[in-house]
Amino acid sequence: MRLTPGSGRAGRVPAGGVLRRVSPAALLSLALPLGGCEGVLNPMGAVGEAERTLIFTAVGLMLLVVVPVIVLTLWFAWHYRASNTRARYLPDFHHSTAIEITVWAVPCLIIAILGYITFETTHSLDPYRPLTTAEAGVVPDPAAANKPLEVEVVALDWKWLFIYPEQHVATINEVAFPVNRPVDFVITSDTVMNSFFIPQLGTQIYAMAGMKTQLHLIANKPGTYFGQSANFSGDGFSDMHFNAIATATPADFDTWLDHVRASGRALDAGAIAELEKPTIAVPATYFGSVEGNPFQAYIDKFMGKGEAMRDAMHGADAAPAGETMPGMSGHSGMGN
Amino acid sequence: MLTESASAHHAHDHHHEEAGATKVFGFWLYLMTDCVLFATLFAGFAVLHDQFAGGVTGRDIFDLKDVGIETAFLLFSSVTYGFAMLSAHRGSKPAVLAWLAITFLFGAGFIGMEIREFSSLIAEGHGPDKSAFLSAFFTLVGTHGGHVTFGLIWMATLMFQMTVLGKPLNAVYISRLACLSLFWHFLDIVWICVFTVVYLMGVL
Amino acid sequence: MLGKLNWSSIPFDNPIELGAVAFMGLVVLAVLAVVTKAKAWGYLWTEWLTSVDHKKIGVMYIVVAFVMLLRGFADAIMMRSQLALAGPGHKGYLPPEHYDQIFSAHGTIMIFFVAMTFVIGLMNIATPLQIGARDVAFPFLNSVSFWLTAVSVGLINLSLALGAFARNGWLEYPPLSGIQFSPDVGVDYWIWSLQISGIGTLLTGVNFFVTILKMRAPGMTFFRMPVFVWTILCTSVLIMAAFPVLTVTLTMLSLDRYLGFHFFTNELGGNQMMYVNLIWVWGHPEVYILILPAFGVFSEVTSTYSQKRLFGYTSMVWATIAITVLSFIVWLHHFFTMGSGANVNAFFGIATMIIAVPTGVKIFNWLFTIYGGRVTFQTPMLWTVGFMVTFSIGGMTGVMLAVPGIDFVLHNSLFLIAHFHNVIIGGAVFGYLAGVTYWFPKVFGFKLDEKWGKRAFWFWLTGFYFAFMPLYVLGFLGATRRMQHYDNPAYTPWMHIALFGAVLIMCGIICQLVQIVVSIRHRAELADVTGDPWHGRTLEWAVSSPPPFYNFATIPEVDSAEPLWTAKNRGEIIFHTRDNYQPIHMPKNTAAGLFIGIFAGVMGFALIWSIFWLAAIGLLGIMFTLIIKTCNDDIDYYVQPDEVARIQNAHYARIDALASEKHYAD
Repeated sequence: MRLTPGSGRAGRVPAGGVLRRVSPAALLSLALPLGGCEGVLNPMGAVGEAERTLIFTAVGLMLLVVVPVIVLTLWFAWHYRASNTRARYLPDFHHSTAIEITVWAVPCLIIAILGYITFETTHSLDPYRPLTTAEAGVVPDPAAANKPLEVEVVALDWKWLFIYPEQHVATINEVAFPVNRPVDFVITSDTVMNSFFIPQLGTQIYAMAGMKTQLHLIANKPGTYFGQSANFSGDGFSDMHFNAIATATPADFDTWLDHVRASGRALDAGAIAELEKPTIAVPATYFGSVEGNPFQAYIDKFMGKGEAMRDAMHGADAAPAGETMPGMSGHSGMGN
Repeated sequence: MLTESASAHHAHDHHHEEAGATKVFGFWLYLMTDCVLFATLFAGFAVLHDQFAGGVTGRDIFDLKDVGIETAFLLFSSVTYGFAMLSAHRGSKPAVLAWLAITFLFGAGFIGMEIREFSSLIAEGHGPDKSAFLSAFFTLVGTHGGHVTFGLIWMATLMFQMTVLGKPLNAVYISRLACLSLFWHFLDIVWICVFTVVYLMGVL
Repeated sequence: MLGKLNWSSIPFDNPIELGAVAFMGLVVLAVLAVVTKAKAWGYLWTEWLTSVDHKKIGVMYIVVAFVMLLRGFADAIMMRSQLALAGPGHKGYLPPEHYDQIFSAHGTIMIFFVAMTFVIGLMNIATPLQIGARDVAFPFLNSVSFWLTAVSVGLINLSLALGAFARNGWLEYPPLSGIQFSPDVGVDYWIWSLQISGIGTLLTGVNFFVTILKMRAPGMTFFRMPVFVWTILCTSVLIMAAFPVLTVTLTMLSLDRYLGFHFFTNELGGNQMMYVNLIWVWGHPEVYILILPAFGVFSEVTSTYSQKRLFGYTSMVWATIAITVLSFIVWLHHFFTMGSGANVNAFFGIATMIIAVPTGVKIFNWLFTIYGGRVTFQTPMLWTVGFMVTFSIGGMTGVMLAVPGIDFVLHNSLFLIAHFHNVIIGGAVFGYLAGVTYWFPKVFGFKLDEKWGKRAFWFWLTGFYFAFMPLYVLGFLGATRRMQHYDNPAYTPWMHIALFGAVLIMCGIICQLVQIVVSIRHRAELADVTGDPWHGRTLEWAVSSPPPFYNFATIPEVDSAEPLWTAKNRGEIIFHTRDNYQPIHMPKNTAAGLFIGIFAGVMGFALIWSIFWLAAIGLLGIMFTLIIKTCNDDIDYYVQPDEVARIQNAHYARIDALASEKHYAD
């Protein structure tokens, strides 16, 4: 649990947004030795919640086979030990149609059920699919205050740059959003592959240079959550952390934005050049204003990528915010 | 029942013929792995074929006339190698050597033209380091060319062994000729795919 | 003249690496001294280095595997101790640039030079004997394969002394492994040791496929082959289909690094996703190349020590074939988080789960082989039972990771690390160790000591659970793989337990070393005179231990899936013919394989350090060795019947002596 964000300035965010409350679900999962702390079994948002349910369902289904196999293995091995003269010896017992049918059918059945669940959940949990309000577990807000918040994410060596295109601010290693408001992350990298991951909110996705990946998450409980890169990216990888702050109210989020704006620093060409130098364990940093469209600039930087891709890029630009981008950038079939 | 094989199938020649057949089968399997290798290179080319990075496209750099001549060289060399194999089965060593020499010349002509194509592309500033398309092109075509070069070295070795060292045209050498034959025809087939996928589809 | 190589390439500033180098140097010197003192160079040269005998090549593979297991394990225990120390406020004792090399080397060595060499060693030792053949189809090629692997092992260890090893994980994803982000020679060490050994492995695949197809004893139809042979056949298919992809992928990466190509770069149209796809198109079948032979060993072991025919032979075979086919359509499950569409992810997820069905069937078949058996718990059987329990857990976590929705939160975490160690240690390695114990008497003529074997097993088994169950927990806590330190205090206790587990495994390995020494000292008591120490069922137990170099004095005729067992049950005397042997055609030893290996090693070394003139010499050396080899017609000879009779009769005389001794004792 992280109470202190990287910089003193960030420490002044509203207290309600920082304190993590222990949920009933978390208490429940304390029964498991691992649920008490931050982690994927203690989710704080609808996406992570669905994924935890999926974990429990899959494990439960498979234990139906795994437990009997383990018990039978130990029992058979013990019972049919050579020294046990009471056990029957059946040296020619090597075929039984009934057993054969059972041992093929039972795994098939379980995999069929699990396969169905997989198909359904792979679609419902597709990171590219925008969350509907109902799925997010949120009461619709007539003021449209919980329309998705767009955040652009750039993986740098070795820190995360967050850009708020609508709010015109940017931060390093700290990202905030109001609780119960879907967040649309669009993600790229300036250097090598990273993976953008806030364990307690659910799904991770790769950040790759010249490509745009998408991730839709939501926090349903306020708190400061640990975020990290989950894909090795070099010497500074172990410190490539960030704080994801889910503020308790929209007003708290605005207060946070004011703090960011108050920094007075601008994300301009000079600042970007400075950021691109490899650095390790960078404290949270705020940029009160953003010059131009740096995210698009990062994509374009590597766009010696041929007509087809450039067209797809422009097409995507024209599309309304939050819409799943088709085809390219990150959507890899067999090597795209 | 675990009895022992009474059959005495160990006449010397018989053994070598059997070993020869096994060798040809093994070599054929190796060619299948080579097939996977080329399939992977083709897949790579398919992924990168339109990644021109603002540079030249296939239409700008391919000269179908030259490629046509190259193709003709290689196809003719397959035919002449076929004649070499026919002569081998007839047992005529001089004819085998003559046909191998002709095949070698065609193959060398093919490689010469490919080297010329590559060096002029690099000289004009369209080397493999200029775009992903050019990287994939040079690698795919170059790997085929490398295989042909290896085939030429192999052919020269066989000719050297049968002339200078005076090796007879026996079961061992016929199976070696058969392996090289498989290799040579295989490279022809690969080339037809290269010609179609890289050159024709690149220009059209 | 020397490319990138200079004095600063030697890591004088790194005491750990220098210490390792010094230790390895001392061991090598000691071995050389012992060999020289014993005047064993001639013996070593004629009997081992130039040998084309599949049994000796197999032994050499397994020796390499054990030695590299020690190296890979040293890496493992360094990683575990680093993470036990590097909790909140501490950075441990291994800085990132060193730690990153260690986990990269650990993965590379364990997969390519421990697991693969174990697999190939076991297939060398057992396959020809099980199918009633005198050697593999291409004995010389077999020697080439081994030496290519051996020099690759040399190259990867050389990275300790000169330069550094790769730092980006065992699969070296670009662009991180590209020249821009990894300008030193580390990645080149990785590329060339894999490229050279990979070609050796490919040739092995071809060799064993032909061996099994063409050289089975008369009467051994496909459905009379031992299950181990089936798994080797399927493994060979996997090798032939998958390794060329590795060759191409590594070549593309080298072209990017050496000549500025743009296959996987960020700039000018390169596509890093293509690398990830290609490496896993090879990488996933590779996992089954590792596990299928272990499944084969378990089948042999379960049946032998249960004194019972294998249950469901036919479905076992079909399950193996199904796994072989399916293993080619699941590679994308290694990167569900790359942003593929939901349909693509769902397809690969479900395809992956389907593999659980034939795998589950295999477990059930072993289970029902034990059912109704008379199980004796010699070490190989212990490994098998340990495997069945452990692998069931690993299989379950594997199916979990196959569900994209679950993988989204567990991908690249320590949960994943726990899973694949669960299936590779609890599946593959247990199988190799069972196989080594099982066939050891066949190869050396005496059994391994049971007491130390059982100690090793229990240390390994408990060590495994202590080392890897905490990693499952850590994965749930959000801990990622490849981190060098962490700030979350909740991780620390689990890291300590994991280190304790690694220490237990170390005890297991020490027990195995002791076991070898003890067994050699007690070889007289442990001797296997009959050639059939376990009351075996398949052909390898019908010949003496160790088998004569020609394996079978006369090629057996087979009329059942368990020829030896059937024959014994009918009370037949095995190999009663003691005269009228035919001359046996055998290949002569050759040093060409060794030379090709050495030249390939020189070429690899030169390419790593960009010493291109030396690379050319290496390449020319390989070519000239091959050409000279093909010019030599004196490559085979015939063993004369009187010599065969002499060897066979000596064996029968030993059995008779033992029988009369027993009779006298009774």
